[in-house]
Amino acid sequence: MKPPAKMSKPTSLFVIFFSLFIMSEAVFEDQVGKFDWRQQYVGKTLFAHFDSHSQSSNKLFLATDKNIFASFNSRTGDLLWRHVDKVGPEGTIDILVLHGQDALMVVGGGRLLRSWDTNMGGLNWEAVLDTGSFQAACFVAIQDTVKHVAVLKKAAISLHYLTNGHQKWVENLPDSDTVQYQAVYSGGEVEVYVLGVVPNSHLTIIAYSLEDGEIIKQRSVEAPWLSSVESSCVVIGQGVLMCVDPATLALYTLPIQAEEAPQFNQILLQVTPVQPRLEVSLGFQPVLVSSQPHPARSPISEFFLQLGPDHHVLLQLNADGYTIAALRDFQPAFLVSFATTGEKTVAVVMTPKNETLYVHAFLKKDDSVDYRVLVQTQDHALTFIQQPGRVVWTREEALADVVTMEMVDLPLTGTQAELEGEFGKKADGLFPMVLKRLSSQVILLQAWLAHLWKLFYEARKPHGQVKNEVTIETLSRDEFNLQKMMVMVTASGKLFGIDSKSGSILWKHYLENVQPNAVFKLIVQRTTAHFPHPPQCTLLIKDKDTGLASLHVFNPIFGRKSHIAPPALPRPILQSLLLPVIDQDYAKVLLLVDDQYKVTAFPSTKNVLQQLQEMASSIFFYLIRSDQGNLSGFRLRKDLSTERIWEVVLPTEVQKIVAVNGKRPNEHVHSQGRVMGDRSVLYKYLNPNLLAVVTESTDAHPERAFVGVFLVDGVTGRIIHEAVQRKARGPVHFVHSENWVVYEYWNTKSRRNEFSVLELFEGTELYNSTVFSSLDRPHLPQVLQQTYIFPSPITTMEATLTEKGITSRHLLVGLPSGAILSLPKMFLDPRRPEVVTEHSREENLIPYAPEMPIRTEWFINYNQTVARVKGIYTAPSGLESTCLVVAYGLDIYQTRVYPSKQFDVLKDDYDYVLISSVLFALFFATMISKRLAQVKLLNRAWR
Amino acid sequence: MASVPRSFLLLSIIPTILILCADFACCNTGRKTGDGLDTDFSGFSVPLEHSFEVDDVSRFRMRGALQLRGGRETSVSLSQSQLSEEDRKTLKEVAAVDGLYKIRVPRVSLTDRQTERQMDGYLTAFVRACSLVESHLSDVITLHTDVSGYLIGVSIVTIPGACRGTEVEDEVDLEAFNTTLTIIAPTNAPQPETALFIERMDIEHEKRGKPQEQKSFFAKYWYLILGGAIFLMASSSAQPSAGGAEEQQS
Repeated sequence: MKPPAKMSKPTSLFVIFFSLFIMSEAVFEDQVGKFDWRQQYVGKTLFAHFDSHSQSSNKLFLATDKNIFASFNSRTGDLLWRHVDKVGPEGTIDILVLHGQDALMVVGGGRLLRSWDTNMGGLNWEAVLDTGSFQAACFVAIQDTVKHVAVLKKAAISLHYLTNGHQKWVENLPDSDTVQYQAVYSGGEVEVYVLGVVPNSHLTIIAYSLEDGEIIKQRSVEAPWLSSVESSCVVIGQGVLMCVDPATLALYTLPIQAEEAPQFNQILLQVTPVQPRLEVSLGFQPVLVSSQPHPARSPISEFFLQLGPDHHVLLQLNADGYTIAALRDFQPAFLVSFATTGEKTVAVVMTPKNETLYVHAFLKKDDSVDYRVLVQTQDHALTFIQQPGRVVWTREEALADVVTMEMVDLPLTGTQAELEGEFGKKADGLFPMVLKRLSSQVILLQAWLAHLWKLFYEARKPHGQVKNEVTIETLSRDEFNLQKMMVMVTASGKLFGIDSKSGSILWKHYLENVQPNAVFKLIVQRTTAHFPHPPQCTLLIKDKDTGLASLHVFNPIFGRKSHIAPPALPRPILQSLLLPVIDQDYAKVLLLVDDQYKVTAFPSTKNVLQQLQEMASSIFFYLIRSDQGNLSGFRLRKDLSTERIWEVVLPTEVQKIVAVNGKRPNEHVHSQGRVMGDRSVLYKYLNPNLLAVVTESTDAHPERAFVGVFLVDGVTGRIIHEAVQRKARGPVHFVHSENWVVYEYWNTKSRRNEFSVLELFEGTELYNSTVFSSLDRPHLPQVLQQTYIFPSPITTMEATLTEKGITSRHLLVGLPSGAILSLPKMFLDPRRPEVVTEHSREENLIPYAPEMPIRTEWFINYNQTVARVKGIYTAPSGLESTCLVVAYGLDIYQTRVYPSKQFDVLKDDYDYVLISSVLFALFFATMISKRLAQVKLLNRAWR
Repeated sequence: MASVPRSFLLLSIIPTILILCADFACCNTGRKTGDGLDTDFSGFSVPLEHSFEVDDVSRFRMRGALQLRGGRETSVSLSQSQLSEEDRKTLKEVAAVDGLYKIRVPRVSLTDRQTERQMDGYLTAFVRACSLVESHLSDVITLHTDVSGYLIGVSIVTIPGACRGTEVEDEVDLEAFNTTLTIIAPTNAPQPETALFIERMDIEHEKRGKPQEQKSFFAKYWYLILGGAIFLMASSSAQPSAGGAEEQQS
């Protein structure tokens, strides 16, 4: 106990000490939202309800596959509030039912029962349920008032009060090991019915007394054709159970409340007197859809029968309870739903193929029925439609699961492109060149005049009407290249192009037939810099199980699919690498290595193949098989086959490879070394081929567990450094950049998170200062390492990136709290001295302190928390001081960071007037004094 | 006091030194192999093979034998024969076409479990043949082990490492390898140095803390209080005379 108590004092002292070193950086209140934006998402909808409590209400309630319960404004689609639960099965929402102001939810596979207040989004109560997997839940009403909720588990049924969640009674279900209880039904009477089935044998109906949970009656009905109540039965009309048998194509009806030896009544679909004849599509399992508008009343007697993927029939159960009548045939119709308001019910059918449909009907002022529709589509978009078919709003919920992204420069404006084109073309004589120059100058003048005219025209308009809408047509690069196109790839296979300045979605493209377990890799093959060639991005979509891959080539600015045909990839792809080699159209060459170590080039023009042949002996690549612990290197041969040249094997019985990370290819390092206190230079070991390989021990015992960090040269396979962090466990997050690796792990002994930094130096002399070659660097670098305590777990980590690498680096750390911490790399420096000396002070090294501070002004997203942050993407801008940051997870947050402050930008409040007036005043003063001096000289001469 | 900072400095340097002088064993064309090695039961030998072909298809041949000894102090030595006339010729030819010189060792474990010592598969590394020729066969071979003593990687570099295109005329230069052999085990990454930090802070506190010992209010200002009290007493005793002074004034 003693050391921690002692710790607190020095730490606080040091925090004060640090504050002297680094001046505070934070967002001022008036800067909020100026450079940054956040978008909040909820994921794919599982359950949706409209607020029917009051007429004027415009709220929507959603439960999603991301374990979120949220409320939207149905007029605008804005998020009112949301509750983000735990990730994984612990937080899954099993069911969401709504009654009045209470939203009831069963969470975590029947673990918890929660009641939310729909007005404010507050939690009314939470009840812990008995163990057992959840089956069904329903409201139970007595005499037109809903007072209870029944929860059916695998082996028990319980009744809870709606007001406080207290359990009224719980009863074990009889024979629960043979009977599968799947449904619970209450039609407003004093009984609760539980329906269970012994597949292909019989159906069990148990009626429980509402008062004390006593079994009133228990019936068993022969049903050898029935396998599941859940998928083939519904309750309609006055408590009539209707089931469909796909084998004999028959409907069966059975009154639930029936006394004494009930029997199923069979209605064969083929021989029904209904016109037209009901015919089921081949191989289709018919589905019944019914509706119970109010828990206190029995369901309506109309129901839908789905006969094919696009074929529904609206049927009605006659009053006798065993004959049906057809009301209308709908074909094509993919989705159907019911909605009720007052006495009126609306049945809605929808033709385009979509996923789920939610309908809300309401009475208009003139007593006619109106309705609104919420549609969940396959591409995870949520669309809200009003009666005349008008789309009110659409939410792109696919963005709740961004997998990877890239930022692409916007194209030049027309005039800039014109100038670029002038210099791009080949010169053909002096005179045409002059003409060309003149013509482009005229075009520039025209554009400028047009701009002036526009300014003048807009100035006359009332202020509010001038709008700077960003559209795909008006997109152009700004002066400092701060506005870019964010290309985002989502897990559902939908691609988005988002303007980084406003956050508005400029294009979207849904890739169909993307497997749910697909792995994506986004590659920028040609940037916008090669006018008139359009920029080109390639998305590699790989099936995780089979390894088979396909390419989607598109223009990242407009989202259009490229006309370039990607190569066919018949074999699983192991590795893809982007070469610095460019073809005649300035597209970088992408090499794809298949499982036979054969290489496919894309684009594969003659020019490219020729270049590849010439360069083959200097193209090396590596492959990693983490399941075998195998790292191997290959060299390309002239015939595009490969040869294995090195192999490193980490035995899988000791440790397994968790992650491998190279450096970012677009990273620039400005200074080759660090000037030390005694004015000598410590040169950095800047190996562009260096890989950081992180392993975790297979032994999970806290005393023996370790995390291994290997630095391997990707060309020669040489292990540059091998370190073991004892008593450590993952998850390991790490960043590899310049000459350093920063990793974070869990210390099993001290039970805390720790940060460790490795820096590599060549020493005070460079081996070969002109060029770096992995093949010619015989001496191993010096490795320095230091470790610090970090007072928080982290979820992701990335380093800032700037145009030329002059600006000091910061680490951007995503914390589970949703904050993004901008941690100066200065704090993670293995040369931080234990004891302050003259030299270390000269070098501006912060004295070593074991604890890393977290200061709230380092949170770059102030109060805009990013829920479940999964990744951080950084991109350089045209300004050296500025780095663009996008954090994505459930939410998307975009901002700019200035790790060394805005040293190359004048401040917003820079006093131009004062400076220029001083300048002018000085100028005139000089003129006047000169004149005066002249007069004086003249006068003296006259004397 | 002065000795404490110096020891800290030393400690911070130690990791660097450790990296530089990891378990080191050097030998020269195998003549220096310890006599005791063969008698040591824990020592064992694995083949070191090499391959250099003009057509770049690997055909590994014996280059020498690695004498490995595991246990507390792992050590390694190498006995290798000279290159034959034919090999020298091939090596020069391979160097001329910028081919690769590859070496490989079998995957073994240095721990004492005799039965599971050998695993299938090899660890391979390469160096450009021309740099090997130009360095007159002086190479540095490094064996890497993991925490439990398995060999996980091998690397070969030549000193100097560059290919400058200088012609090696003398055939004698290519006869015998001048090999430096090292075996490197993983270094232990440092833990956060809380103990040292606290110690240092304590020392600093002591340095600064001594004169500022917490004293009670009376202990600190007793002379002021005493002086004040005396002054008050003096002024109260002088009260009657003050009245007299007033009289004098009027």
